Amino acid sequence: MNFFAEIREGVGISWNALTANKMRSALATLGIIIGIVTVTLMGAAINGLNQAFIKNVSVLGADVFYVTRFKWFNVSYEDWLNMRKRPKITVTEAETLARQLTLDEVVAPEVDDEDSVKYRNRSASSVNVIGTTEAYLQTGGVDIADGRFLTAADAEGGQPVCVIGNDVATNLFRNDPPLGKRLKIEDRSFLVIGVLAKQGMMFGFSLDNRVVIPLKQYIGLIERHPSIDIQVKAAGLARLGETREELDQVMRRVRHLRPDQPDNFSINQQDEIVKWFHEQTATIAVIGLCVTSLALFVGGIGIMNIMFVSVVERTREIGVRKAIGAKRRNILFQFLIEAACICLFGGLIGLSIAWLATLAVTKWLFPASLSGTIVVLSLLVSLLTGVVSGFLPAWRAARMDPVEALRSE
Amino acid sequence: MSLIRLQNISRRYQMGAETVHALRDVSLEIQRGEYVAIMGPSGSGKSTLMNLIGCLDTPSAGHYELNGVSVSEMDDNQLAEIRNREIGFVFQTFNLLARSNALHNVELPLIYNGMPLEQRRQVALDALAQVGLADRVHHKPNELSGGQRQRVAVARALVNKPSLLLADEPTGNLDSKTGAEIMALFDELSQKGNTIIVVTHEEDIAKRARRIIRLRDGMIASDEKQVERRASRVEGKTNPALAPRPSPLDPS
Repeated sequence: MNFFAEIREGVGISWNALTANKMRSALATLGIIIGIVTVTLMGAAINGLNQAFIKNVSVLGADVFYVTRFKWFNVSYEDWLNMRKRPKITVTEAETLARQLTLDEVVAPEVDDEDSVKYRNRSASSVNVIGTTEAYLQTGGVDIADGRFLTAADAEGGQPVCVIGNDVATNLFRNDPPLGKRLKIEDRSFLVIGVLAKQGMMFGFSLDNRVVIPLKQYIGLIERHPSIDIQVKAAGLARLGETREELDQVMRRVRHLRPDQPDNFSINQQDEIVKWFHEQTATIAVIGLCVTSLALFVGGIGIMNIMFVSVVERTREIGVRKAIGAKRRNILFQFLIEAACICLFGGLIGLSIAWLATLAVTKWLFPASLSGTIVVLSLLVSLLTGVVSGFLPAWRAARMDPVEALRSE
Repeated sequence: MSLIRLQNISRRYQMGAETVHALRDVSLEIQRGEYVAIMGPSGSGKSTLMNLIGCLDTPSAGHYELNGVSVSEMDDNQLAEIRNREIGFVFQTFNLLARSNALHNVELPLIYNGMPLEQRRQVALDALAQVGLADRVHHKPNELSGGQRQRVAVARALVNKPSLLLADEPTGNLDSKTGAEIMALFDELSQKGNTIIVVTHEEDIAKRARRIIRLRDGMIASDEKQVERRASRVEGKTNPALAPRPSPLDPS
């Protein structure tokens, strides 16, 4: 039998069966619809979270390494206890490191804390005060909107100057142009020499609520012995590997570590964070999909039930088809296609509902997004559900004895 | 060579602890072109015999050759192929697919033997035209009268040009006038060389056949040829589409 004729025949039959029992078909597809909606929404939510996360971490340059005392992500309590025993990274160490690197890296020491900032009688609390050098303009992912950034001379000399973020400019100075004004941190006065371009949010925190001052000003004024984070920008994405290798070697040398001693510092990288986050969401996805596919499973049972009813109802038709020359395979196919069509139909409806829900969720709750992969996958899953749950009823139909089937009423 | 050759056929059914002998040691030969009626009271085994001849069922014992092919040991799928190619069924209750129109009902056997769409459509339309339903091809069974439905069923039975037309009480659900029309159609088909077997309990219907086989208690009680042959009721020209496919095994 011609394969396409068989498919056509199957689709025609299932269309007839679907339209002949509208209420029953609607109830049968309901389970599949709910299943597909939950599975798809789950996928869309995780997809959206991933995209939002990547957008967030893009502030961290892909080519920048962060040498820190503590590892950023994927830290167990035990790791953390061990890392507390690590020595702080000192300014001297940062300077030595910068001198010994040979691959044209840009190195910026950075340290920050929350503090309050005053301008005249106005005050802003919990502003992120950052102590660094002129190199931060290249490693920190910031741009200047107005004025200028710290210069090497500012940093070397520890000049009392500052560059402010967009939030500080609008909240503290309001309508005054901030350039040339003086603001106060811990009762020390700083001249505003530049305003940073607006950056937006990262993980719910504003990146614009900050003041950048020379590292030499920061030490002593805010903290006497801070642990410095060292930002190292590679000379190009192609040189990431060797840069990381050199960074590790030089840092171990600076710290006088013997070959048998483990690193007592951490080198963090954007793609590691992304990888770590993907691992987390993948775990959530697996658990979530297991739970939501229960809904699909129940839907599949519903389809199986309906198909059994459909087979019994059409026993005589099966008998006629067999008498006319339908082989077992033909009958099996007919009912499999019918089950697959019902499920695919449910899947399409489920997808449209999920699409609307995604729009709503994105608007009011959190970013979610339906990707082409998710759409294709859910359609495949609904097709598969149909074939799997339709198999037993179809098999029973295919094995019917034509004499018995023709005798049934 | 005989079209149908049954040798010592038995068919037993297991009904719980009891074994029912529906057919006991039946032997029978039917030649190509014969017009045979099978009669008998209910329980005589005539349905069982029809199911066996129609390859819907296999015998418990004995040997069955149809058109020179031994079918008594075939499996389900092989039997389906034989039914598709060699046998056209006409049922008492028509057994048309309710949600499909006349054309699709007639096309069905052709779909199962894999005929391409255009050719299939043409062959089915021709078959419907031959039974006088050219203007009803897109009607569904519930839009057709009983006689028209049975004509669709006859067209479906003939569309594959089978060696054997097997009718089970073909007039059982029709009034006497439409019943007579259908039987006239059978006469015409017989004249064109089709082999026809009609299972019936009505003497009137059986008398149209040239040979009557009577069954009783699973055995052949009588098998008589009708000496007197009626004149043809059909004056029309010979219809090639209604003639059976010539058998490659038959030299005539």
